[in-house]
Parts: sequence; structure tokens; C-alpha cells
Amino acid sequence: MHALCGENGAGKSTLMKILYGMQQPDEGTITVGGESVTFHTPADAIARGIGMVHQHFMLADNLTVLENVVLGAEKLYGIGGKARAKIREISDAYNLNVRPDVLLEELGVADRQRVEILKVLYRGAKTLILDEPTAVLVPQEVDALFDNLRELKAEGLTVIFISHKLGEVLSVADEITVIRRGTTVGTVKPAGTTSKQLAELMVGSELPTPETEESTVTDVALLKLDGLRLAQTDLDGVERIILDDISFTIHKGEVLGIAGVEGNGQSELVEAIMGIRTPDSGTVTLDGTDISHVPTRHRRESGVGYIPEDRHRHGLLLEAPLWENRILGHVTEKPNSRGQLLDIKAARTDTERIIQAYDVRTPGIDVTAASLSGGNQQKLIVGREMSHAPKLLIAAHPTRGVDVGAQAAIWDHIREARREGLAVLLISADLDELIGLSDTLRVMYRGRLVADADPATITPEELGSAMTGAATGHLEHAEGSAGDSAAVSAEDDEDDSR
Amino acid sequence: MNKLTQRIDKERLLLGIAAPLLAVVAALVVTTLVILATGKNPGAAFSDMLTYGSASDSQVYILNKATTYYLAGVSVAIGFRMNLFNIGVDGQYRIAAFFAAVLGGALTTPGWISIPLIILCAMGTGAVWAGIAGVLKVTRGVSEVISTIMLNAIATAIIAYLLQPGKLAELQAGGTVVSTKPLPQSSYFFQIDTGAAGELWGFIVIAVIVGIAYWFVLGRTRFGFDLRTVGQSESAAAASGVSVKKMIATSMLISGAIAGLIGMPTLLNDSHQFSNDFPVGIGFTGIAIALLGRNNPVGIALGALLWGFLERTTNHLEFEGYDKEILGVIQGVIVLCVVIAYELVRRYGLKRQQQRVGAELAAQAAAPTQKQEVA
Repeated sequence: MHALCGENGAGKSTLMKILYGMQQPDEGTITVGGESVTFHTPADAIARGIGMVHQHFMLADNLTVLENVVLGAEKLYGIGGKARAKIREISDAYNLNVRPDVLLEELGVADRQRVEILKVLYRGAKTLILDEPTAVLVPQEVDALFDNLRELKAEGLTVIFISHKLGEVLSVADEITVIRRGTTVGTVKPAGTTSKQLAELMVGSELPTPETEESTVTDVALLKLDGLRLAQTDLDGVERIILDDISFTIHKGEVLGIAGVEGNGQSELVEAIMGIRTPDSGTVTLDGTDISHVPTRHRRESGVGYIPEDRHRHGLLLEAPLWENRILGHVTEKPNSRGQLLDIKAARTDTERIIQAYDVRTPGIDVTAASLSGGNQQKLIVGREMSHAPKLLIAAHPTRGVDVGAQAAIWDHIREARREGLAVLLISADLDELIGLSDTLRVMYRGRLVADADPATITPEELGSAMTGAATGHLEHAEGSAGDSAAVSAEDDEDDSR
Repeated sequence: MNKLTQRIDKERLLLGIAAPLLAVVAALVVTTLVILATGKNPGAAFSDMLTYGSASDSQVYILNKATTYYLAGVSVAIGFRMNLFNIGVDGQYRIAAFFAAVLGGALTTPGWISIPLIILCAMGTGAVWAGIAGVLKVTRGVSEVISTIMLNAIATAIIAYLLQPGKLAELQAGGTVVSTKPLPQSSYFFQIDTGAAGELWGFIVIAVIVGIAYWFVLGRTRFGFDLRTVGQSESAAAASGVSVKKMIATSMLISGAIAGLIGMPTLLNDSHQFSNDFPVGIGFTGIAIALLGRNNPVGIALGALLWGFLERTTNHLEFEGYDKEILGVIQGVIVLCVVIAYELVRRYGLKRQQQRVGAELAAQAAAPTQKQEVA
């Protein structure tokens, strides 16, 4: 099992795309099983036994597992009993526990991932590429995934594993290759390596930890949500409650973290606060003013900064130059406009400033946002939102897909603003980030805030059990369970901070 | 660093010109083949087009035609920038011209009152007609493509119904033409006398103003930025605080108002009345021209001029014994090639830029990395 680590924009994804035949290399060779090969399409790669599990699953919700697996590979074992038997066989062999006749929409994230893995194995893959497979999983699920991967390894398959999370990489890989800015900077064995050394290889600097210093929470309430409720009627006419009686208060200088498996209402909650979605009932109060029925633009003008969870869909105009992206969302504010007119010169100057201050790596401000790497896009967004002195920052997965260096910078910016009285609503799938940055923690499950916890004492595992609905109420840290072997990544981080 | 951005920009400009050029060349090739297939000499045809098209009376004709086409192109382009496909420009300008002609015929006020009133009436009518599609889209989610096509047909029917003697039209002196009451002399728009070459329509000034306004509003105002944002990504626009629905309705209204102007050069400078032979189909020409001009105000002007040139010269080819259908072939091929070429060039450009940025960053990074290794 080989792990690939590197900053975002280091070239991991590009390398994998080349391996999977989605892009052509300018020079160099790929050797599979001692034989030099060239891949022109993913089909070539599949034929050579290379399979890829993408970060975003490529599955159809309205089909069964069986149908999803055979889709596009009907020639192999047909679409009937033979295929079903084969799926069972693979599932049993690697302990994947996949049931062929369940509808995909009934499956959770971890199960879907296993279906993706099975899909690749079904096509005869001997080499598996997993792109950030743990990004969407809770710690318990990560452990289960790793067990599956070890199973695959034991059967003689090769696994290439891409990750940002150093603790995970160290615990599961046999060999780790670190790449930085397009070249390999080293290959190490996990046995003699700490995550600190690994991080230094990756960025040439120390591993950041998301720990806040002293509390800066004041008793001035800044954002108050009261009884927020949102229901949606889906296509079958069934009413689904997406947000159920959500109430909380964020004070000035406080970071409120919301933990939860994705799809439990977090996105809708953010959209309701931003005014993109209208809740059925409940009020939103910002700094003493009721903004429940105020349009989005007005909310932004009154000091709400927004780092959206999907930067490509909500945070950027991909085909527009950087300076236009700097205007996006703040077109009515200085320095972007004067009266009804855009102030292009000032906006451009300010874009240069953001690029400097937030270390956005780009050759200039006239390139399109699409040509930047994910981490640099995110730094631009953070810089933009912070430039308008927000009172409240809504940060949804602020460091997702962002390299270690940029992650530290983003955390620093949030911390700094918090000291100056910024209130932050932090939504993240990275439990270490949540625990490290938050002053208060809430857990969201099926549209409800089911549990709260003190970030000073809670462990990711305890939070994880509440995220799956197993625990509710106030989560107390159980003494004695802290040394669990499952807490690998968290412990590693702690080690490094000492 | 600056050098690189400049290079990227220059390259972007080159790529921008590449697509229409490619399309026009492809159209020339196809036309050559078609003329050859009909057993005629393509070289002679092209040289005839060039000499005839550059004659001074042709120049005036082309400019006059281009005035109309330019307005049509801008009207469509406003929709395009929003990701809206306003096919209904055709119906919008015809019904606008009709009502403006009716109003103009009825007015007895001096020209400086009548002309603005007529123009405003046309813009208003066009806006209302487009607004129907806008409202349907925003409130009921009806595709603007479908609704505007329907509205085109409805406009045709309404005009046919009202353009009868005893309704809003009258039988003209000759007894053969049914038209609205002709505009009084005072309501004629000014013309520039170019001597033997003919009269240059004064409405070209309005077209230029519209072009400048289009560039200014889209590129330099908050409103224009919002509009472009919605066109590029509705989700990002909503998150940034633009009311997408309001924007759709507004841009539909503006597109319709500009569409209302399309019939004005003809009405105020040429025909002075709306009759059955009022030009039709210019809305569709506008789609082709907006595509050709990449929604760029200068590009649309070039497209409009090219269209005028092709029309003028291929008309003349007919007298030289060529088939006049050549016009349709050239125009069709250009539009087809333009659509394909733009998409190809756009993708290529985006990819190329990403590669360049990557290369530049790698080069930047190389220096400090080496230092570290030394240390």
C-alpha cells in the first residue's frame, strides 16, 4: 500500500489523472508489471488493471448496487445472476459487506465508498487508486475502510492512497511518497517517520495544529437563531424535514463548531443564515437586528462573511479573472465600487494586496480562477471575505482540499479575526479542526442539533458516535478511553504540538 | 510576472480573433466548393463581391443594413450574457415597430417630440413583449426559448389581424399596399447626404450609442457585474447576493427594449410606415451576429458589417448569373463554424492557461527549493 502526500497544487491529482489515462504526460514513462505502457483513455488504464475511486462518488442514486456496478461493464458478467454472484464473491473475499440489491440512495457514505471500491474490483483492477477516501468519513468509518484496504493488500492488490491527513497515512501505508510542486521530494517508510517529519517534507515547515489559545468569547450575542425550521417536499410528495427547530447563539469572539456527517442539514442551515434559502419558520438575528427576511446582499453588506462549502459552485466565477472574483459577493462595497459604478482600478489593486497578504500563488490577477489550484482558490476566497471586516464569518469546510501550509494560514486568519471579536460559525468534516478551533461544539444529525460538547476535553471518537446518532445530549469525556488506538490522527497532532 | 500576464492576455486576444477568422475561412472554402459544384468560377465571384462591395453606394447600403443588424445583435447578446436565449427578438421588434408606426402616424406633434415618443413606444412594446417571457420564466419556470418562439408566432398573428384597412391600417393610394398611416415628414429621422452614394441613415448614431452603453453598463457598473455573474454561475450569483430571478426578468426587459429599436432605422429613415413588406427575420440574424461577435460590442459591429456586406454582394452576384442561394450557404456555414470554433478555442485557451500558470509557478518554486536542499 503506497501513500501519496503533498500540498494541494503539488501535482497529486495530475499524477493520478495521468496514471488513469485522463491526461497525457509530456514526457516520462509508466511501467505496469514490468511493461512500459501509455494510457490514452481511462479504458486503457482499466484494461491494465488500474482502477480509480474518485473523491466524489460516481454513482447513480436511483439504481441498485448491482446496477451501479455493472453499468458500463455489462460485457464482463452480464447484468443478471452471474453478475450478482460475482459481486457477492468479491464482497465476501474482501469483507466489503455489499448487498447487491439495495437501492443506492438508501446507503450511507461509507457504504457508497465500498460500492465504488467493489465497482473497481469488479472490472478486474489489480491496482487501486483512492483519491482522498477519508475526507467524508467519521473516524469509525475510516478504521473500517482501512481494515478493508488491508484485506485487499493481503490478497495481493496494490493500493495507491492519496491523503492530506498525515496520521492516517502513517498508520495505513507501507511506503509514502511525498511530492511538492510537481516533483517527488522523498519516499519514506512510515515505521521510522513521524507526521512532523512528513509535514516538513511536504511544506518545508512545521505541521500546524488547529489549537486556539485563550478563550476570547465575550457575552455579547452576535448571531441568534431561534426555532429555525425548513421542510422540503421531494418528488414523491413526501415531506422531509431538513432543519428541525435549530436554535443557537454565537457571541462576539466565539467560534461555534458544528460537527456532523455531511447531508444532515448543514448546507441548508448555512443557506438559511445567508438568506439563499427561506426557512419555514424561525428567526435569524444578527447583532440585534432581525434579518430573517432580509435579502442575501443586504446580509452580506451588514457584515456576514461567507466561505462556501463548494467553492466552485458558490464561491467563484471559474472562467473570470481573479480581480473579478475579488469583486464577487462584495460588488456594492468599497473598494469594488463607487456608487453604481465599478471601481476596477481599486479592485485590481486590492486583489494584488490579497494575493500578497494571503499568499495566493498565481502569476497575476488576470488569470482565470480555474487555473489556480484548490488551495490557492480557497486562500483567495478567505482573503476576500476577511477584507470586508465581517462581524460574522460562516465558514463551511474552510480548509477542505487545502494543503497543510494554506490550512495553517487560514486557521491563523480565523483565529486572528476571532481575537478582534469576530463570531464564527464553523462547519467542518475535519474533527480535529473542529475541536481545535471551536469554543463551543454542537453535533447535527438529521436536521437537529442533537448534542453539544466541550472541545477542550472531547475526542474525535466521542464526537463521531454522536454524528452517527448513537449518542445525544451533552457529551462528557469518558476518562480512561483517551488512549484508544483508534485516536491515531488526533494523538499524532497532539504529539506534534508539544 | 507582468510579462507573463501580458503574454496570457495577448494570447487570449489572439484566440479571440482565431475563432471568427477560422469560421470565415471555413465558410469561404465551403462556398468555393459549392460554386465549383454549380459549374461556375468561384474566383470571379469573389472578385466581383469585393469590387462591388467596396463601391461607395455599397458602403452606404452596408452601413444602413448593419445599423439594423447591430441593434439586433446587441439585443440578443444581452440575453446571451445572462445565459438566456432570447429567440423572441424577432417577434419583439416586429410588434414594437408596428405599434410605433401606428403611434407615429397618429402624432401631429413636432418632430422633436414625435421621434422620441415613437422610439420610446417601440422600446416599451419590445420590453413588454419580452417581459411576458421573463415573467413566465421567473414565476412558472417556463423556458424562455419555448415561450419566446410562441410569442413570435403570436406577434405575427396580432400584426396580421391589426394590419387591415379599418383596423389600425389603411389602403394606400396605389390600392395595392396595406400599411399603417405614414409618418408625417416632420417625424423622419435625420439622414446624412453622401451625394451619389445615397443617404446614410442617421439612426447609425443611435446604434453607436447603444453599443457604447452596452459596453459601459456590462463592464463598468455594478448592475452589469451582477448580470454577468448570473450568466457565468447562477449558484455563485445567488450566494453573492444577486437576486437571480429579478435579474432574469430585468435583463429580459432590457433585451426586449433594445429589440424594439431594431425596426426603428427602417421605420424612421426608410419606409416611414409599417406595411406587409416590413423586413422580417432580423431577430434570427441577430442571433447569428451575436454569436459571430462573441457578445462583444466591437465584435457584434464587425459581424453586422459582414452580414451587410454579404447581403449586398450576393444580391449582385445574381445579376452575374450566380445563384443567390449562395448567401444562405455562406451565412449558414459561418454560423455553424463559429459555434464549433468558439467552443474549441475556449476549451483550448482555458487548458493552455492552466498549463502556463502551472509552469510559471513551478519555475517560481524551483529557486527556493534548491536553496533548501543546499542548506
